[in-house]
Amino acid sequence: MKEPVLEIKDFCVDYGLGDQGVQAVRDVTLTLHRGEVLGLAGESGSGKSTLAYGVTRLLPPPGVISGGSVVYHPPNGDSYDVMALNDAELRAFRWAETSIVFQGAMNSLNPVHKVSTQMLDVIRAHEPGLTPQARTARAQEMLKLVGISADRMDAYPHQLSGGMRQRVMIGMALVLEPQIVIMDEPTTALDVVMQRQILAQLVELRERLGFSVLFITHDLSLLVEFSDRIAIMYGGRIVEEARSADLYKDSLHPYSEGLLKSFPALRGPRRELAGIPGSPPDLRGMPSGCSFHPRCPHAFDRCSAEIPVLGVPSARNDPDRSVACWLPGRVPVG
Amino acid sequence: MTVTDTEVVLEADGLTKHFPVRRGVRDLLTRERKVVHAVDDIRLTLRRGRVTALVGESGSGKSTVARLLAQLYGRTSGDIRLHGDSVTVKGGRKFRAYCRRVQMIFQDPFASLNPTHTVRYHLTRALKIHGRSGDTAAELEANLRDLLLRVQLTPPERYLDKFPHELSGGQRQRVSIARALGADPEALLADEPVSMLDVSIRLGVLNLLRDLKERLNLAILYITHDIASARYFADETLVMYAGRMVEGGDSETVTQNPAHPYTRLLIESAPDPDRLDRVGDLQPPEERGTGEPPSLIAPPTGCRFHPRCVHAMPKCSTDLPPRFELPANDDSNRGHWAACWLYEEGAAK
Repeated sequence: MKEPVLEIKDFCVDYGLGDQGVQAVRDVTLTLHRGEVLGLAGESGSGKSTLAYGVTRLLPPPGVISGGSVVYHPPNGDSYDVMALNDAELRAFRWAETSIVFQGAMNSLNPVHKVSTQMLDVIRAHEPGLTPQARTARAQEMLKLVGISADRMDAYPHQLSGGMRQRVMIGMALVLEPQIVIMDEPTTALDVVMQRQILAQLVELRERLGFSVLFITHDLSLLVEFSDRIAIMYGGRIVEEARSADLYKDSLHPYSEGLLKSFPALRGPRRELAGIPGSPPDLRGMPSGCSFHPRCPHAFDRCSAEIPVLGVPSARNDPDRSVACWLPGRVPVG
Repeated sequence: MTVTDTEVVLEADGLTKHFPVRRGVRDLLTRERKVVHAVDDIRLTLRRGRVTALVGESGSGKSTVARLLAQLYGRTSGDIRLHGDSVTVKGGRKFRAYCRRVQMIFQDPFASLNPTHTVRYHLTRALKIHGRSGDTAAELEANLRDLLLRVQLTPPERYLDKFPHELSGGQRQRVSIARALGADPEALLADEPVSMLDVSIRLGVLNLLRDLKERLNLAILYITHDIASARYFADETLVMYAGRMVEGGDSETVTQNPAHPYTRLLIESAPDPDRLDRVGDLQPPEERGTGEPPSLIAPPTGCRFHPRCVHAMPKCSTDLPPRFELPANDDSNRGHWAACWLYEEGAAK
C-alpha cells in the first residue's frame, strides 16, 4: 500500500578529497513514501542538510557525493537514478519533481525583483508552452493557496513581513506541483505563532495536492507533532527511524531518548531534565565504533569497537522501525 | 516563600525607550518626528536568588529591555534602581562600577568572544578590569581556575589556553558565563543564552545557570522566546508583546493558566508532542491566531494586541489597559496580573 517516491541507498557525502576529506554523510539509506511527511532531526553538523542537498545534487564544492544511489519513482513512468541524470535532465527534475524550501527562506528571495517576476520566471522556465495569462493565473492561485492575497503579487520582498515571505517561498516551491518538497528548517527564523500557522497550512496543502515532504529540523518536539515518520541523524549516520508516535513513546536509541528529554514540557509535571552531556562529535576526528558512545550513558566495550548497523530491532518485531545500537534487544535479528 | 520576601537587586519602573527614525527628504518640512516605540512602560523587579523570565516574540523589545538594564542604551524615560538608588550612567568610572554589579550574557557565543584571543585572555581581562585579579600571578591563576570550575569546564588547564574556535558552542557559552562571573555580579542579564546552542546541550547550560543562581545567590533575568523553557527555568515569568508587558506572575501560573489572550495564543502555538489534535486539525476559531505583530512606529492605540485579539471590545482600541491583579486562590498564584480589559471586573483593586 505504501508506495516509495524516493529511495536513498548507501548514500555518502564527503567534504574535500583524499586524506583531508571529511565524511559528512555516511551510508544513509532512507525511503520517502508518497504523501508522507518524513522528519529528519539532528544537531548542527549531523549532516541533515548535507543529505538533503546531496540527494538533489545541489551540493556546492567542496562537497562530493562519494557513493550511493537515489532512485526517484515518478507517479507514472519509469524510475530513474537521480545521480545518473545529465544536466538537462537534472534541470527538468529539479523544481518540477523535487523542490526545496531553504533554510532562512525569507532571505532567499531576490530583493530587486517583484514576487510576481520571481514566480512567473519559474513557470516560464519549466512550462514554456503556457500563455502569459495562464502563467499569471497559476501564480495567483498558488499565492492564494498559501494565504496571500493576489494584490500582493507585485510587492517587493522587503514590503512583505517575514511570515509572508516564508509563505511566498513555500508557494514558489509548490507552483509546479512537485512530488517531493524538501524543507530545510523552514520555520526556524519565525516565532512560534507564525510557525504554527505556516505548518497548519502546509498540512492542509499536502492533503490537497498530495506531495511528500522531507522536513529537516533540529526541533524534535515539532516533528513529533507534525510528521508521520522520523529519522534521527547523529554524526552523519541515521541512528533511529520510526513512526513519530512510536519514537516519542518508545525510543530505542539512547541519543533519541536524550534528545526527547532535552525539551522542557509545557504541560504536565515539572521534571528535572538533564540534556545530553558532552558535545556533538567533530567530523574530523570521529570516535571509533558508534559515534555516540562517548556521550552515551549505556556505552559498553563493543560500542567503541564496532559500528552498529541500522536494522529492525529484535525486541520490537516491527518492520517500520529500525535502530543502530548494540544494546540488548536493539541489535537486528539474524 | 512569597514573592516579596527576598532582597530586591534591580528594579525598572516605567522604563521606556523610543528610537528615532531617520527623517527622509519628504519629512524635512514636517514637524512630526517619528520614533520606534521599542519599549514602553516596563516595570520589573529582579530579586536575589530568583530567575525572572521575559518572554516575547522577535521584535517585542525584550532584548532592548536587557540593554537598557545593562545601561548600554540611554533610556527615554522611566527609572532604573539598583538597591533602591536610581542610576543613570553614560560611561567611564560610574559605568564600570555599575557593570561590576550587573553583568550581561549575550545570545551568540560565536560573536561575543574574540576569536584571536584565548580563554585565559578573556577571563584575565574581566578579572583585571573589575579588580579581582589578585596581587600575584599565582593568585590570578587560582582565580582563573576557580572561574572555570564554577562553570564546570574541568579540568581548567585543558581550557585555559584554548581559542574560541577550538571549543564547542556550549563550552563557548560557558566561557562567556565565566567572564560575566569574573566581575562577581549581583545580577545577570541573560539575553537568549541558549537559543544559539544545540538542543542537546541547552539544558546543560540552563541547569548550570540555575546552579550558579543558587550557589552565588544571583538575580537572573532570563530573556527567551521559548515559553516552555521559561516554565522550566524561571520562578517568575513576564510576557511582552510589541514593547509592552501584557502578563506576569509565577511561571507555573502563567504557563498553566494564561490569562491574557496573547499569552494563550503563544502557549497554544508552542510545539507540544503531547497534544492530541495534530497541526492540521482545525482548532477552535477563538484560539486561532491571525495577523502579525504591529508596526512599532505607529503602534495601535489602546491595547497593542487588539487588532489580532478575538476578544477585542470597543474599549480595547481606545483605552490602554492597566495591570489588573487576578484573584488568587492560594499563595502559589499570588501576584498574577494581566494588562487586559477582560479582567477589569474581577480584579482585586
